[in-house]
Amino acid sequence: MQNHSDHYQQNFALLDWVPLLVVFAVALTYFAAVAILRKKNGNWNKWRAVSFLIGMLMLGAALLPSLMRWAHTDLKGHMVQHLLIGMYAPLFLVLGAPITLILVSLPVKAARGFTALLRSPISAFLSHPVTAFALNIGGMFALYLTPLYMAMHTKPYLHFLAHVHFLAAGYLFTWSMIGPDPAPKRPGHSVRVGVLFISIAAHAFLSKFMYAHLYPINSIHSSEEIREASKLMYYWGDLAELLLLIALFTLWYQKRSSNKLGLGLKTGIG
Amino acid sequence: MNKTGVQEGLFRSMQAAGLVGIGVMAAVDEIIFHQVLSWHHFYDRSTTEIGLLSDGLLHAAELVAIVAGFFLLLDLKRSRSLDKDRAWAGFVLGLGGFQLFDGLIDHKVLRLHQIRYVDNLLPYDIAWNLVGIILLLLGLYLTKRAISKERKKPFC
Repeated sequence: MQNHSDHYQQNFALLDWVPLLVVFAVALTYFAAVAILRKKNGNWNKWRAVSFLIGMLMLGAALLPSLMRWAHTDLKGHMVQHLLIGMYAPLFLVLGAPITLILVSLPVKAARGFTALLRSPISAFLSHPVTAFALNIGGMFALYLTPLYMAMHTKPYLHFLAHVHFLAAGYLFTWSMIGPDPAPKRPGHSVRVGVLFISIAAHAFLSKFMYAHLYPINSIHSSEEIREASKLMYYWGDLAELLLLIALFTLWYQKRSSNKLGLGLKTGIG
Repeated sequence: MNKTGVQEGLFRSMQAAGLVGIGVMAAVDEIIFHQVLSWHHFYDRSTTEIGLLSDGLLHAAELVAIVAGFFLLLDLKRSRSLDKDRAWAGFVLGLGGFQLFDGLIDHKVLRLHQIRYVDNLLPYDIAWNLVGIILLLLGLYLTKRAISKERKKPFC
């Protein structure tokens, strides 16, 4: 436990603020793009912008040096940080449709290249709900049930990579489920509900398993702390997935309406 | 709306609400008896880990049932096919149906789990199934009442 806080204090205080600066820069870019789009008489749904801002604020909160310090010593802090980075920020960020913003902001040739990339088989594979699920949940199982957790604590670069993974995997998963950005090869509603169903079950199981068997083991955390942290993981993770489920069915509901209108008047409408 | 359209709406109202009822009862069961009281898991015939896994699946299923059923009801409401009386009847039938199915099939036929692992299980079984039966009877009564109300209404 001695070298634990030692190695952390050795870092320059300035480096602690780099992640926040990156977050700020990305947010600035987004809003600059929106402003430019508006000037070109383009439209951008203001609620998408609000959602992206909220997501960025959550990400920023998760990367505050004070929260990082809390997360470093207290598993509860770690959970709060990962819930923000891996579940709640992605939800709001994805709804901000940044990829669509990129597409409409890029010059035509670049936009076409980007679209081609998004339509590629590799992209379809990576952004498939099952792949995203595996990366997301697989990452959690690997982190908490293997020596990876302690390794992450002693090696700052691993810690950084873990954060990046959680953000990327969480974003990818959320996007595969409810991303408003164009996704021509995305599987239908039933497949996504099925994957989310498994994800909810896996997440619930993992947090309860951690509670019962006090994972991550051989860590600096007390049993009491692990139990509190796994409870946070269970309840708040559950809520995040419930929100995702509601968003998923909202999309279904909206699509159903446009389907019905497209087919002309069916029994029941007006 | 034609007659079959109306009847379809009535049945769908019960179906969607029934789904919500099943989900809600499963949630009540899971939260109170699995989590708070820790009396049993859904599948108790293997290790505790498998029990936890089965509870995770149950939890996921109840959430999906509640959300799906809710949005199905919203969809019916939007297309003016939602019948509130039938929906309430369906909801209560869902509550009771799940309870009784669990009490008889899960506990006694499939023997996936028991309510509580005590010597005198009988009072628990009786209470559980009694609640299920009462809810089912209430649901049937509500259905009957909805039907008699419909008979008095002219067709639109």
